[in-house]
Amino acid sequence: MKIKKKWFALFTVPLISVFFAVVILPFISGVLYSFVKWDGLPKNPKQFVGFENYLKVFTDSRFLASLLRTSLFTIISMLIINVLALAFALFVTSRLRARNLSRAMLFMPYLIGGLLLGYIWQFILGDGMKAIGVLTGREDLFFYWLSDSRFAFIGMIVVTTWQMAGYIMIIYIAGLQTISDDVLEAARIDGAGFWNMLFRVKLPLLMPSITISLFLTLSNCFKIYDVNLSLTGGGPANATEMVTMNIFAEIFSKSNYGYGQAKAIVFFVIVAVITMLQVKLTSNKEVEA
Amino acid sequence: MMKKAGRLLANLLLVAFSCVWLAPIYIIFVNSFKNRAELYANILSLPSAFTGEYYAQAMQKMNFAAAFKNSFLVTVFSVVIIVVLSAMTAWMLVRSHTALSRFLYRFLIVTMLIPFQTVMMPLMQEMNGITKATGIQMKDSLGGLVFMYIGFGAGMGVFLFHGFIKSAVPVSLEEAATIDGCNTWQVFWKVVFPLLKPTAITVAILDVIWIWNDYLLPSLTLTSNAHKTIPVMASLFFGTYTIQWNMAMAALMLTVIPVVVFYFAAQKYIIKGVAAGAVKG
Repeated sequence: MKIKKKWFALFTVPLISVFFAVVILPFISGVLYSFVKWDGLPKNPKQFVGFENYLKVFTDSRFLASLLRTSLFTIISMLIINVLALAFALFVTSRLRARNLSRAMLFMPYLIGGLLLGYIWQFILGDGMKAIGVLTGREDLFFYWLSDSRFAFIGMIVVTTWQMAGYIMIIYIAGLQTISDDVLEAARIDGAGFWNMLFRVKLPLLMPSITISLFLTLSNCFKIYDVNLSLTGGGPANATEMVTMNIFAEIFSKSNYGYGQAKAIVFFVIVAVITMLQVKLTSNKEVEA
Repeated sequence: MMKKAGRLLANLLLVAFSCVWLAPIYIIFVNSFKNRAELYANILSLPSAFTGEYYAQAMQKMNFAAAFKNSFLVTVFSVVIIVVLSAMTAWMLVRSHTALSRFLYRFLIVTMLIPFQTVMMPLMQEMNGITKATGIQMKDSLGGLVFMYIGFGAGMGVFLFHGFIKSAVPVSLEEAATIDGCNTWQVFWKVVFPLLKPTAITVAILDVIWIWNDYLLPSLTLTSNAHKTIPVMASLFFGTYTIQWNMAMAALMLTVIPVVVFYFAAQKYIIKGVAAGAVKG
């Protein structure tokens, strides 16, 4: 079908121009901002400093600590979420009657935004934990979690898992449903038990779902901000400050607009590189039935 | 007989586990009716009375009615415009086999990797600049916020429609309509768009979940309380009233209830939409 230029423009220009204005132009000017020193006040000059901001980023121990913490948080959460989600998916694709109800209930936390989840769990991990401690007498384990740096970090993982596991479960369910009964039947006749079935038949055929799920958990966890803000606020004493919060504070609280923007660009490069690497690595393992 | 009992047990275990999974919401719910002494007596027990007292207070302090209206307007307008514009764009990008359309498609997809934090500061500067140059209010306005959501939602929307059109919309139908005298505009609206309904629902569901819950962008743009959306109002509220937990929990329930209602009303579509969106993503 031949399409005239006039129609092409009419259909695409509205969206593409807004997209350029909102994403591309700010990205380009963001790169430029990363080479200046500026405090964000329009009346003050933007002073060109070359690569100084970038050099500073790699000696900023608080930034590097937040980057390391975010990586650790991401790896642990990613593993827990995916194992749990896969287990959920195997359960709710069984022939159990309660499967639909359970699927609906397990998925629900994903619909509540990260900010509100953080506030909900602030209560559970705070006063809630304390109440359980008094009730059970195990006050060494059940106490105000968020005032302890290690338990606050665990709290971040718990809340993120609670939010994402049901969502990732939906993806694994969709994947499991594409595996044909013939393949499973053949494996069963060949005498495959539960674990053989899982590791030798289902998991290899699930690789596309695994690729997507790892991608979504990896990028969501690495970019986490809302839960961090509402659950711990980065505390106690910055012990749970993730990289996005560090960037936000550098720009909007400390008013180091150029320097903070350099961090934001470094953050983009890291996110782009690790997600592309992950997709390459896991898609190589995809097989066909 | 044994098998039947085993199955019953498995069902019960599954339901029990799901209930434990949602325990945090239960805890927030029952404690939104209790006073402090009652709360500490037993955090899991049902309240002695269901009073609406804390809800009324929270509603008023959080400016809930206005926040709800703002969230609703922003979500509806953004989602409708994203669905319409990205369907139009995706269709053109599929049907016109030019280097430009291939480039635009790839560009939209690749740039989805850009984290919001990388563009937030320059975006705010740009919006200030637009307001200065044209007088159009971009920050602290719901319209400006919708504008920004359209830009951020473009990549995902075009991607999902593109995949669907390429695999499931036959060109022959469009050609037949053209022969019958439809122009391109009519072909799209009369023939193509009705066929895109499943993907339109997927895109709409994903965007509703994202925009309704989004915090950072509206917190950066909306400065006056009258314009704030629910998440922004909630964060303001929690900054001020964390000590009064019963009222805070009533506020949390207020913000969770619309989501739950939406979920029960459209559960089938939501689960399908989320699965479809992810599988193509």
